[in-house]
Amino acid sequence: MLNRQGRPTQGSVSAHEPHATFTGNRALQQIEPLIFEIGHPETTGVDIDAPAPFKSRLGSHARKGEIGLPGLSEPEAMRHYVRLSQKNYGIDTGLFPLGSCTMKHNARLNEKTARMPGFSDVHPLQPVSTVPGALEVMLELSHYLMTLTGMPAVALSPKAGAHGEACGMMAIKAAIAAKGEGATRNVVLVPESAHGTNPATAALIGFSVRSVPAREDGTVAVEDVKALLGPDIAAIMLTNPNTCGIFEPQIVEIAAAMHEAGAYFYCDGANFNAIVGKARPGDLGVDAMHINLHKTFSTPHGGGGPGSGPVVLSERLAPFAPVPFIHVEGGSARLVENAADAPAGNQPFGRITAFHGQMGMYVRALTYMLSHGSDGMKQASEDAVLNANYIRAGLSDLMSLPFPDHPSMHEALFDDEWLKGTGVTTLDFAKAMIDEGYHPMTVYFPLVVHGAMLIEPTESESKASLDLFIATLRDLAMAAKGNDKARFTGAPHHAPLRRLDETRAARQPVLKWVPPVPLAEAAE
Amino acid sequence: MRYLPLTDTDREDMLARIGVADVDALFSDVPADKLLTAPVDLPRAKGELEVERIMAKMAARNVAASSVPFFVGAGAYKHHVPATVDHLIQRSEFLTSYTPYQPEIAQGTLQYLFEFQTQVAALTGMDVANASMYDGSTGTGEAVLMAHRVTRRKKAVLSGGLHPHYADVVRTLSEMASDTVVSLPPDVTAGEDILARIDDETSCVVVQNPDVFGNLRDLRPIAAKAHAHGALLIAVFTEVVSLGAIEPPGAQDADIVVGEGQSIGNALNFGGPYVGLFAAKSKYIRQMPGRLCGETVDAAGQRGFVLTLSTREQHIRRDKATSNICTNSGLCCLAFTIHMTLLGQAGLERLAQVNHANAVALADALAGVKGVTVLNDSFFNEFTVKLPRPAAEIVEALAERGILAGVPVSRLLPSAGLDDLLLVASTEVNTNEDRAAFLAALAEVL
Repeated sequence: MLNRQGRPTQGSVSAHEPHATFTGNRALQQIEPLIFEIGHPETTGVDIDAPAPFKSRLGSHARKGEIGLPGLSEPEAMRHYVRLSQKNYGIDTGLFPLGSCTMKHNARLNEKTARMPGFSDVHPLQPVSTVPGALEVMLELSHYLMTLTGMPAVALSPKAGAHGEACGMMAIKAAIAAKGEGATRNVVLVPESAHGTNPATAALIGFSVRSVPAREDGTVAVEDVKALLGPDIAAIMLTNPNTCGIFEPQIVEIAAAMHEAGAYFYCDGANFNAIVGKARPGDLGVDAMHINLHKTFSTPHGGGGPGSGPVVLSERLAPFAPVPFIHVEGGSARLVENAADAPAGNQPFGRITAFHGQMGMYVRALTYMLSHGSDGMKQASEDAVLNANYIRAGLSDLMSLPFPDHPSMHEALFDDEWLKGTGVTTLDFAKAMIDEGYHPMTVYFPLVVHGAMLIEPTESESKASLDLFIATLRDLAMAAKGNDKARFTGAPHHAPLRRLDETRAARQPVLKWVPPVPLAEAAE
Repeated sequence: MRYLPLTDTDREDMLARIGVADVDALFSDVPADKLLTAPVDLPRAKGELEVERIMAKMAARNVAASSVPFFVGAGAYKHHVPATVDHLIQRSEFLTSYTPYQPEIAQGTLQYLFEFQTQVAALTGMDVANASMYDGSTGTGEAVLMAHRVTRRKKAVLSGGLHPHYADVVRTLSEMASDTVVSLPPDVTAGEDILARIDDETSCVVVQNPDVFGNLRDLRPIAAKAHAHGALLIAVFTEVVSLGAIEPPGAQDADIVVGEGQSIGNALNFGGPYVGLFAAKSKYIRQMPGRLCGETVDAAGQRGFVLTLSTREQHIRRDKATSNICTNSGLCCLAFTIHMTLLGQAGLERLAQVNHANAVALADALAGVKGVTVLNDSFFNEFTVKLPRPAAEIVEALAERGILAGVPVSRLLPSAGLDDLLLVASTEVNTNEDRAAFLAALAEVL
């Protein structure tokens, strides 16, 4: 077909494999060497004048050997990292349905406010009198978090979700010790469906872990919990909504049973995005819950962090919160940095990080909350739940639901029952999604479901985007059932790289670049 | 609401497709009396302009480091970060990506993590480094737990030169796990006899260099004594720029090295987010906490990178994992590695030289002020001065005159009887005018 100027509107593309290029590049997909292969130790992209001669005070401690680090000029560095970025998939690239990770839109206003010099260029130990605005941010964020959760206190300093879990469980341990039960209450109940961080956290701070079986409908039953209760039980760590995407229907009864047995209820708040403005953990009997600001409140995931994991605490646990915290009395706010300065009645269990936590993330999360307001946050949760259920409704005739009896909250969970006999695995299916331009959903988690596929679209997707996603997954599902195996087993075909050999990486770990051995030496 | 794409018509159509009457039908598992009917008591949604105004007003109440002569350190340092760094880390594909669990579409993240690990190993002089911890202090806590796993012992010995916040983090974690911590008293002039505290029950010795008072320490005798007793040396640093000028811990036979990487690529941020650097001898790889990125090949034989040795981690090993860490400091680690790539060896050495020169100039000037004594024999870019009155008072008086002079030791160690000591840092950002202003103001308040 020709256009009006007589130029062909379609290239003469043939169906067979494209020819190999001289460079190995494929247009926008550029092969990029490591900085160690392109840089030089004498090159630098930062111009700094040499100091005037002076008398060193390093004594005998001056470095003797070479560091062995290459440098790049600024244009080389720019190109290197831009090319690397082009090999990554982000939320801004497309739908990112990674269950339990809440990959929602990251508003750039949040980045802008976090970079205001009054927030980003402030030292944690400069005089407190010079940072009233920083304390104001922390107090305001605390107020929002306490209001949304219905809890009376919050410890802001945890650096991410797992760190928040540790903080909450340490508060529980301290409260138990204060009651003189430290020697006997040392077992924590964790459902089989929990995130791995829950049992790892309990073990980290000296608890032993006992598993709570999962019911056939994907929930935890109060009778099963009660059967495990005794004077040795310190707490339960329960995710709600749980990792199967279901709101635990008996959560209030479970909390009451824990309290009656003299134990505590730790709630993993990873899935808080489903219920912000809809239900308050404080009303459900929660004693401690971390909130992933990098999930629910949209601070960017940044390829694996930084996160921020404030922990809201019940009246019973509030006195044990770690330093630092802000104490408000008579209208004035005071930063308490040492246990000795804590107001009467407080027994901080210690300190879990240097300084005051993730200020940069507080600013972003607060900016998100101010933007949404109470109405917007409620709407966001409703849309997140609506979107997940819409995907579920669009796929449930083709893909199998392990727990059809409960509505999904903000994520829809499928198993691999429907793939039986096709020769296609959950992993193959996920990799085929990559070829279609999607980031795969969370796979093989939660562990209680065989070949799990956990889809969390978040509230950030339009209906058109969801419709295309559903259509794509339907097409893939029919291909899998129609024995079109080639589309799956070799996938991805169109990503910058083909499927990677993870076994080899683990068997012969190469964790840093080492200079190649010159041929002459290698021959010796 | 500008962030929510669904229209009311969409919502109605979608509810119909799902087959429910309203959205609350999807919340039917929430006990009816616990489901909120109205929005919680917080302000309603606001436009971008209004939000920006509110945040700017709060920001304006703080004194930014760049706006004054600034000499505050003690574990976080004001450095110049090239504009390139902040531009690159805001690229969507870096900023809005997740932990690289699908390596075929995360080679950008994985390659920079591999480069980061290589840089950290080279800087510290160690065999291997991980893909980052939350920060230096939590990394130190993890290093102690790792040493306990390696040695199957439970006693850590902490130098009195260790940053008090770091020591608090170790003590808190150890107390929870019923492990033993021997903390030496604050060691202002690096005179402690830590060798005498190492015995056959010691799992690890934790020594910071440069220490929190700025002193440079020789780690070799400590490593030798520790090893003679089957214990490990954990070397800590809070100022990574120092590694451009001083002997790296790896060259002094440290077993685990952990430090704060904020100085390279990252802003002060009132304390976070920062980036913890973590390196070790290769024989301890399988006891390391956190993520590791490794090289491999794809199905077509091309080089690529993946997260590896994950059988150490919580998502596989659960309560037997080497750590509970999951999310780490990805983007801060990217900022670090970009800045370090721009510097290279030549740039880092020059940067370290300028930091040291500025600190020497300041120390010499302060030593000339009547009633002020510089206590350090050696230092890099931070040192301790003794003042004639409590340092906190003087710092406050200087702040009123627009000088942020440093960290009073009493802020970190309130009951140590060291109220007249001040930690003073100087980096490449300080000018001759900054120093002159500091000295003039100090003369006024003393």
